[in-house]
Amino acid sequence: MSKIFAFHGGIHPPENKKQSTRSPIRPAPVPAQLTIPIQQHIGAPAKPCVKTGDYVQKGQLIAKAQGRISVSIHASSSGTVTDISPKAVPHPSGLNAPCISIQTDGKDEWIDHQGLDDYRSVPKQTLIEYIRDHGIAGMGGAGFPTDVKLHLGDDHIVNTLIINAAECEPYITADDMLIRERAEQIVGGIEIINYLLKPTHILIGIEDNKAHAIRVLEDALRHTELNIDIIVVPTKYPSGGEKQLIRLLTGVEVPSGHIPADVGIVCQNIGTAAAINQAVNYGTPLISRIVTVTGGAVSKPQNLEVLIGTPINTLLETARINHDQLSRLVMGGPMMGYTIENDSIPIIKTSNCIIAATAEEMPPAPPAQACIRCGLCEQACPAELLPQQLYWFAKSKEFEKAKHHNLFDCIECGACSYVCPSNIPLVQYYRFAKNEIRAEEAEQRKADQARLRFEARQARLEQDKVDKETRRKERAAQAAAAQAIKKTTLETAQTNPEDQIKQLKTAAAVTRTKLKKALSALEKAKAESSDDIAQLDLQYKQAEHAAEEAQTALEAAEKGALVSAATSNAPDIKQLKTQAAVARTKLKKAQQALKMAEEKGHDGVETLRATVAELETKAANAQQAFADAEASNSSSGAASQSSAMLQEAADKALQTLQKAEAALATAIENNSPAADKMQAGVEKLKSKYTEALSALQDNAKTQQPSIQQATGQQAIERKPIDLKALKQNVSIMRTKLKKAEKLLEATDENSAEASELQQEITRLTQLHQEAKAQLDAEEAIRIKAAAAQGIDLKQLKIDAALARAAATKLQRSIKKEQESEQNNLDALQAELITAQQQADKLTHTLSQFE
Amino acid sequence: MSPILIAILVLLSLAVVFGLILGYAAVQFKVEGNPIVDQIDELLPQTQCGQCGHPGCRPYAEAIANGEAINKCPPGGQSTIDALADLLDVEAVPLDAEHGEESVKTVAYIREDECIGCTKCIQACPVDAILGAAKQMHTVIVSECTGCDLCVEPCPVDCIDMLPIETTLNNWKWTPPIPGVQLIATDSGRRLDKVLSEEETAS
Repeated sequence: MSKIFAFHGGIHPPENKKQSTRSPIRPAPVPAQLTIPIQQHIGAPAKPCVKTGDYVQKGQLIAKAQGRISVSIHASSSGTVTDISPKAVPHPSGLNAPCISIQTDGKDEWIDHQGLDDYRSVPKQTLIEYIRDHGIAGMGGAGFPTDVKLHLGDDHIVNTLIINAAECEPYITADDMLIRERAEQIVGGIEIINYLLKPTHILIGIEDNKAHAIRVLEDALRHTELNIDIIVVPTKYPSGGEKQLIRLLTGVEVPSGHIPADVGIVCQNIGTAAAINQAVNYGTPLISRIVTVTGGAVSKPQNLEVLIGTPINTLLETARINHDQLSRLVMGGPMMGYTIENDSIPIIKTSNCIIAATAEEMPPAPPAQACIRCGLCEQACPAELLPQQLYWFAKSKEFEKAKHHNLFDCIECGACSYVCPSNIPLVQYYRFAKNEIRAEEAEQRKADQARLRFEARQARLEQDKVDKETRRKERAAQAAAAQAIKKTTLETAQTNPEDQIKQLKTAAAVTRTKLKKALSALEKAKAESSDDIAQLDLQYKQAEHAAEEAQTALEAAEKGALVSAATSNAPDIKQLKTQAAVARTKLKKAQQALKMAEEKGHDGVETLRATVAELETKAANAQQAFADAEASNSSSGAASQSSAMLQEAADKALQTLQKAEAALATAIENNSPAADKMQAGVEKLKSKYTEALSALQDNAKTQQPSIQQATGQQAIERKPIDLKALKQNVSIMRTKLKKAEKLLEATDENSAEASELQQEITRLTQLHQEAKAQLDAEEAIRIKAAAAQGIDLKQLKIDAALARAAATKLQRSIKKEQESEQNNLDALQAELITAQQQADKLTHTLSQFE
Repeated sequence: MSPILIAILVLLSLAVVFGLILGYAAVQFKVEGNPIVDQIDELLPQTQCGQCGHPGCRPYAEAIANGEAINKCPPGGQSTIDALADLLDVEAVPLDAEHGEESVKTVAYIREDECIGCTKCIQACPVDAILGAAKQMHTVIVSECTGCDLCVEPCPVDCIDMLPIETTLNNWKWTPPIPGVQLIATDSGRRLDKVLSEEETAS
């Protein structure tokens, strides 16, 4: 037998273990309701994988391990899942935590389960996974996931495996009874752990107050090939503490802040070894454990094999609780356990003892007195700390100092409180201080995280700003480049005669507007007899000069264009016509000027006369050119021209007529005295309109044959019946009809007027329908004709309208620009001209079909 | 050479040597920024709530380094003030109520069915703890929320609540033990004083 070392401090409280070892382990009854917390271990809670209403069998997985440090949870008995919600769980706080509730059906039906035939044949990793999936967590008290400890062989040299069977705390006998009755399970478990960790030697530490258990264990070890040493240690609390037991058995001290594996030692609880055996060899997950139910208030203290999730009151009933005597219910041992208020909380994987204590057994703590600095606590401390010092620091909340005095090496065994003559609840102070420090650290971590995120956000916003600025600059540069390119293209385009003309036209228009402005300013100044007339006069003259220059330049350019147009054998009649008209107007103006000059006897009459003569010749030339062009064009051109003119006249007449009618109607409504006069005017207008219409029709009739002959192909398109007139006809009919209908509604039904009106309406309706039919027929013919040429009339109409709209828009923008006198006026005007041309072209094409 | 001249020369040469060493050290071991600002910033709770009147914790740390009062941080509370007083070696003063009072730690919660997806709270959050997109429901990443309250104000539909952080098994804390009754009369000076003063008034 190897040497036994000693650890510092320790106490000898009354053992109270005999009471519960008198009867063998008995299974506790299956309760009606199982409440299984999803977190019974250290680490992440398991994730429920069943739903409310699911039927589960005994041993079925109900919550899966998630994360590195976690274990699975299994159903302890068969039944239905009734609820997954927070319930009271075994915890000193008495708080609620998520639990899976199962309504048991009493059948206790096992799910199919089977152990591994030979665990030595499977890879270690698989075997460890298998153990994890069977929900094995440390059963000593902390509940650390066992699989994590079994991995320690990977990155640590494990030379000693210690099986903890010390069970040093008073009252608890669960491990003692387990050894006495199930030693072979323990040995099986140790073999599995040995296979996984391959330690050089295995030690079982057991206190000398378990003589029976030591004997049984020695017997059991004779059947194994492993070299396992049972080391009997003297009974002293807390020899079962991990670090204390290591010290006892090996003499090695685990350094502060390290785990035993760092010094080549792994500790496992004896209950955990048995559970591993059950899982690996029989496939039984950890769904039950041995719990000591003891204390003065139970008449049959004993050890029970309890299903995980069984409420405590079921166990107390089994152990014959005497409710009158019960003063405190403690979960765990009397040294490290905690009082529970609620007896319906469930047993979990780490619950090893329930003490139903009487008032005499565990009297309420006497009031704490002042520390007398006796130093007993220091002598009792198994961790070799300075409990008194820690107490002062904790009390004055100097946590930093407490930390420096190795507060975190305190195992909260309670030995110091036990020996304190002043009854100071020292452990409570340490727990409080540890909590505060941990919370502070968590807060610090959170603050650091927040700082990082805040700084990252600031940086991002900064970057965004910079990016925006660079983008803006890039855009500006691009716009400038585009502008430059446009300018150069415009300059090159000026070599093109047509563009040049356009340019010149706009220039001329601009100078004209300037001239007008100057003139109006001058007039205004004159009217107000302002002082700066002279200056304005000068300005006006300059403007005039500029306008003339522009005009001459334009004319010259146009002439050039005309010549080129003439050579290309495509004389533009329209242009010629306008030229002729322009020449005429100029001539007229000049003539007027001449007259005026003659009347007033001015000096410049001679020159004016010369100009007039020149203009006369010019006008005659223009007229001649126009006539020639027209003559060369088909006669239909002229015909259509005249008919178009007639049409215009008719339209105008109609419009005035409508206006007059509207005015008359309002006048009559207002009982105006001028109504009679207006009536007469309207009559006159009507007659005018009819005249115009008849003239138009005559013209159309006479032209019809000639057009058909002249332009055979275009004959269909230039139908004599005017579509516009037809449309107007239809609309007039419609309005008349509506008016009559309204009138009918207004008049009395039975009166004679009503019947008259009714007749009128029927007549009008007929007329309207006739007109409409005519229009429809006409339109259909036109659309067909257009379609024959591959042109969609509707589309064409839309295009034309769009082009017109664009032109007006541009005009408007030009006006605006003129007002603000900005630089890009020229460009806009050029655009306007192209738009207008486009519009004209489209309207022209359209007019061919209308 | 006279001994005075020698002494002067030696001292002069020493001065030059040390001057060179100091000059080199000043360049080589130059500290960027004020290190005290970092230390103060370390102690502040980093909620970035702006209750102190500065746009974030670091600006307040800089202001403290320049002599501003240390009691303007309600989220940090008295413990932060104490820590700052300790660091700066000044008197610990009670929290300035003008900037708010120390309250329980809270976390923002968006009532998601009421959220209209305006992204205003996202823009307000100093630590990017709100997740969402335009016209999509937003939600708070609880673990990143500092409980600064800045998102509550801009919400046009008032669907953000500041909920106190729920106590769970993981953040539950032991309550401090009740200090014991002082049974030894001589141990509590105050009580003795009281007794004495009572005797005096009686006489």
